[in-house]
Amino acid sequence: MGRIQLKQVTKKFGDVEVIPPLDLTIEDGEFAVFVGPSGCGKSTLLRLIAGLEDITTGQIEIDGTDATNVPPAKRGLAMVFQSYALYPHMSVRKNIAFPLRMAKMEQAEIDKRVEAAASVLNLTDYLDRRPGQLSGGQRQRVAIGRAIVREPAAFLFDEPLSNLDAALRVGMRMEISELHEKLATTMIYVTHDQVEAMTMADKIVVLQAGVIEQVGSPLELYRAPRNLFVAGFIGSPKMNFIEGPEAAKHDAHTIGVRPEHIAVSDSEGLWSGVVGVSEHLGSDTFFHVHDTGLAETITVRADGEVGFRHGDRIHLTPRADVIHRFDAQGLRIA
Amino acid sequence: MATQHSRSAARIMMAPAVFVLLVWMLVPLTMTLYFSFKKYLPLRGGDLGWVGFDNYVRFVTSSAFWPAVQTTLVIVGGVLLITVVLGILLALLLDQPMWGQGVVRILVIAPFFVMPTVSALVWKNMFMDPVNGLFAHLWRFFGAEPVSWLSDASLASIIMIVSWQWLPFATLILLTAIQSLDSEQLEAAEMDGAPPLKRFYHIILPHMSRAITIVILIQTIFLLAIFAEIFVTTGGAFGTRTLTYLIYQRVLESQNVGLGSAGGVYAIILANIVALFLMRIVGKNLDA
Repeated sequence: MGRIQLKQVTKKFGDVEVIPPLDLTIEDGEFAVFVGPSGCGKSTLLRLIAGLEDITTGQIEIDGTDATNVPPAKRGLAMVFQSYALYPHMSVRKNIAFPLRMAKMEQAEIDKRVEAAASVLNLTDYLDRRPGQLSGGQRQRVAIGRAIVREPAAFLFDEPLSNLDAALRVGMRMEISELHEKLATTMIYVTHDQVEAMTMADKIVVLQAGVIEQVGSPLELYRAPRNLFVAGFIGSPKMNFIEGPEAAKHDAHTIGVRPEHIAVSDSEGLWSGVVGVSEHLGSDTFFHVHDTGLAETITVRADGEVGFRHGDRIHLTPRADVIHRFDAQGLRIA
Repeated sequence: MATQHSRSAARIMMAPAVFVLLVWMLVPLTMTLYFSFKKYLPLRGGDLGWVGFDNYVRFVTSSAFWPAVQTTLVIVGGVLLITVVLGILLALLLDQPMWGQGVVRILVIAPFFVMPTVSALVWKNMFMDPVNGLFAHLWRFFGAEPVSWLSDASLASIIMIVSWQWLPFATLILLTAIQSLDSEQLEAAEMDGAPPLKRFYHIILPHMSRAITIVILIQTIFLLAIFAEIFVTTGGAFGTRTLTYLIYQRVLESQNVGLGSAGGVYAIILANIVALFLMRIVGKNLDA
């Protein structure tokens, strides 16, 4: 169905190499998320797979057949764009039907598929409206509807939730995940938001400057980040990195401790410091602790009811079994 | 904050401008209306008194009226067709990234800066002259008989000259419309399996529809009034007498100010009908 394989793919814009040789396999039915900071090449990679950009060298295989020089329309992929890219002068019905009309499908079949897609996405009441009369979330669903009617081999999502407000984003995240369960089609999803990556993915691909830093399931990446970049990127708030004598005690150049793996106490602990900013989220409290002598600030997650204030001296104890060790090159020491 | 005081100050400061504009518009309008109800022949007795709607009836029933209307429509329609079609094509072309884009765009706009009189004379003498014109040379080079453009194909020649003048305007407006199209829409259409021609028809053309309407309406208003191009080329002969030119002839050549004024009032009504549509569309554009 939708197994996508990239073999030694590179992309250059002029003399600038955006994607150095890259190998990646996305299995059929998998929900793969490309995540990385902006400008890391994740959108370019998606556009290469879509065929909207030509690859410079290498090969792209879809379902085991070479698709490197196949035009985008013939690759059997559907894409949801960041701006939704709905056709503003067409009704929702016509927007969703557009790919089918282009495929010269019979009108009866088109109607059937559009109705089916609309009912899956709760758009039945809006079929005769124009995109301009819809809310952001509804537009997003129309864009997804336009993708699913084609019954593609794989879906490509290019930061589809970045234009939505926070509450809607959480809702749409669930809807897309449910859609993936229902359709069991390969999905490739590009985002810069590691929360989206963690919550939706079967497989996360962490990219930096066009290079794949690590590929794995969300928990693999969380538990065993391969290097400092992945360690810092996955997990929120960010992992604390400590260098110097404290790291040397663990035979490492750098050690990483996640904020949630540090116990807080007002009386005793391995490290101590002064509370700077504290962020109360209700369920959790994040303390930014200064003057520990370890790093500029250490972020600690504590229970929501822990009531330290600005300027209090607190004591911290990391959980010994989840300390991540990295060597001088920033690579994980097993 | 607009207080009572600042609002009245604003009114006082705007007053001179409003006054000048009103006088500028109202005096000629009133005079035209005034003369249109009079028999006024400056060289043949001057003001010969009120005649009611006589001039209006005579203007419409004259044998020159309907041919003039037809000529006007042919010129306006022909120029609109040429400028819109070529304008769309040129705009598509200029939207492509290419070397020397800035210079090419300025060159495309250039004809718009040439005065109508000058451009018509240049066309008449340098291109369309049956003896020394470039076209005549070109025709002779291929062994054909040179065409006397302005007498044998007079209407077509005038449409050509005016189209050349207005093409830059259409191109510019349509180019900005194309440039405002979200490229993701085109990419989405490409992924949806639309080949280039269908992308043009289903995505680009609907996106430009409002710009096309504006081009058509603005040009119509100006094209209804073209005069210089006809004056310096055919002088209204060979079936190139438009409504505007007819009015001119009535007033200045026949020295019948009353009759010409009545024609002028017809022209005002016509232009205002077009302007009404234009304002509604432009207004809608500003709201959106």
